[in-house]
Amino acid sequence: MENIIQIRNLKFSYRPSRQPAIREIDLDIRKGEYIAIAGLSGCGKSTFCRCLNGLIPHFYRSGVMKGSVTVDGLDTRELPLYEITQKVGMVFQDPESQLMALTVERDIAFGPENLGLPREEIRARVEEALELVKIAHLRERAPHELSGGEQQRVAIASVLALQPKILVLDEPTANLDPAGAVDVLNIIENLQVQKKITVIIVEHRLELALQSATRLLIMHDGTLVFDDKPEKLIAKDIIPAEAYGVQMPSLIQLFTQLMDEGHSFSQIPFNIPLAASIILSELGSARSTSE
Amino acid sequence: MSITVKNLDYTYPSGVTALNNVSLKINKGEYIAIMGANGAGKTTLIKHFNGLLKPTKGHVLVNDIDTITSSVAEMAKIVGFVFQNPDHQLFLTTVEEEIKFGPTNFDFPEEQIQEDMEKVVTFLNLKNLLKRSPFSLSEGERKRVALASVLVMNPEILILDEPTMGQDAIQKRNIAKMINELNQQGRTITLVTHDVEFVAECQPRVVAMTEGRVIADGMAKDVLTNLEILAKTKLRPPQITALAWEIANQEQSFPKDVITISEMKTNLLEFRR
Ligand SMILES: Nc1ncnc2c1ncn2[C@@H]1O[C@H](COP(=O)(O)OP(=O)(O)OP(=O)(O)O)[C@@H](O)[C@H]1O
Ligand SMILES: Nc1ncnc2c1ncn2[C@@H]1O[C@H](COP(=O)(O)OP(=O)(O)OP(=O)(O)O)[C@@H](O)[C@H]1O
Ligand SMILES: [Mg+2]
Ligand SMILES: [Mg+2]
Repeated sequence: MENIIQIRNLKFSYRPSRQPAIREIDLDIRKGEYIAIAGLSGCGKSTFCRCLNGLIPHFYRSGVMKGSVTVDGLDTRELPLYEITQKVGMVFQDPESQLMALTVERDIAFGPENLGLPREEIRARVEEALELVKIAHLRERAPHELSGGEQQRVAIASVLALQPKILVLDEPTANLDPAGAVDVLNIIENLQVQKKITVIIVEHRLELALQSATRLLIMHDGTLVFDDKPEKLIAKDIIPAEAYGVQMPSLIQLFTQLMDEGHSFSQIPFNIPLAASIILSELGSARSTSE
Repeated sequence: MSITVKNLDYTYPSGVTALNNVSLKINKGEYIAIMGANGAGKTTLIKHFNGLLKPTKGHVLVNDIDTITSSVAEMAKIVGFVFQNPDHQLFLTTVEEEIKFGPTNFDFPEEQIQEDMEKVVTFLNLKNLLKRSPFSLSEGERKRVALASVLVMNPEILILDEPTMGQDAIQKRNIAKMINELNQQGRTITLVTHDVEFVAECQPRVVAMTEGRVIADGMAKDVLTNLEILAKTKLRPPQITALAWEIANQEQSFPKDVITISEMKTNLLEFRR
């Protein structure tokens, strides 16, 4: 399948004198993939996201970028920022930094208006986005007078209304209530499946990310140290994953602890129903052999 | 050191009513997590604990001091407050200045400030960032600087809005440990969090809110395993609880109020006997 993003020998420092935030990244992302990124705080995840949506190099001008990022066949250095933004919608880690209009509704309409879409189309997109993230009741409110989670929902809605081909989400659920976090991830998964968009999401909590991601990247000190199916992380070894700051879901911790204590299972499950059935059918057989 | 909230209403100047007749008592030395839906009023509530917001109706007493009559500066001596968004807190040019600002302002002795800072920055993994500008840090680093600048003052009451937000597993574990230690030293801790897994493992008392009201207040084990409360407050059960429910679906005698990994192990092994 076609590579929608190609990254070659990417390096980036915020200042020429500073340690690089991205040391070396080579990566191909296929159209329609759903990729989760994890790694220690400060390892370069947000910096990497900024390279995808063109903020690097266009906005962070005192930085030094080497190598290339190609999005949808075009080199981000050669594309003006507003054109990259049309292809790559990004939800920032700090939602407040993304809000600019005086009302929620205007904020969501801002992107589609800049695309020069017809009025009815803009209205339809704004309505759809408001409904999707459940903030229709906040439409007249000022974004700066909202709770943290409400702001995050507005930021997500604003990006959804752009209907980008590539969606980059930098910890989009950090401020959301648990039910809201699941809702938003479901919405995104639906978009990925139905509209074949490409999704790249930074998420520390694997129990959330693994619900939809088919590929997991772990970054460490500006490089990629893991790039594989999420299941492979567990198959390899739990210890290095934790050293890279990846939070193993408690379900997986439970199974690995039971295995450490001498029980054996046919597999380590990712979801609750499977976990329950494995426990009911397999736990106990270990006891009879160990006793 | 206790906090008493009596029939508190709060309406923002723009006209939004965020709190509706909230009453709550936090005793000295308690560890409480306030949880619940986006916009439920959690941040609004805790901003009353250090006098940042003053009640529209009702009262908030901190150690018998009515916050209506006291200034934020006065309250800052007893109550440390970490904002949900670190942008609202950080304003100096280096991380070190940021961390030393509070204790210097309170005339703590220089050697003690240095010593306390060392301890906090080691714990929060900020040692290499002391000379950096808080504005050139990653989001997770910024949150930890905000935490450090409050923890370094060692206040008797700690109010933390989403202390684990944006933190990786290692930082999260350190933060949990640090909060536990402070609590064991007698500090009163109130945190706001969406992190159900964190609460399940740390087991503070849980206050659950929705639409400006407190609708549940009890042990983590009781609140986080109550389907009705969870649904109303937009919470979800911890993974371990969800697993217990799934097992109990098929084996009715299996307990449904399990929230930690170690409890689950005990129950599973017992169950198989
Ligand atoms: N500065 C403000 N001006 C006006 N209304 C506000 C302001 N801040 C918050 N609100 C409103 O008050 C209500 C409670 O907000 P609050 O920030 O206390 O919620 P919260 O429980 O902390 O939510 P979250 O989980 O999203 O952080 C919400 O309806 C919100 O829109
Ligand atoms: N605007 C900036 N100017 C200078 N340095 C920066 C800037 N933003 C981040 N850095 C530094 O670059 C490195 C990578 O930061 P980045 O924000 O990409 O990390 P992250 O993986 O997103 O972390 P977190 O999980 O805490 O959000 C860190 O050392 C950070 O201090
Ligand atoms: Mg980041
Ligand atoms: Mg809040």
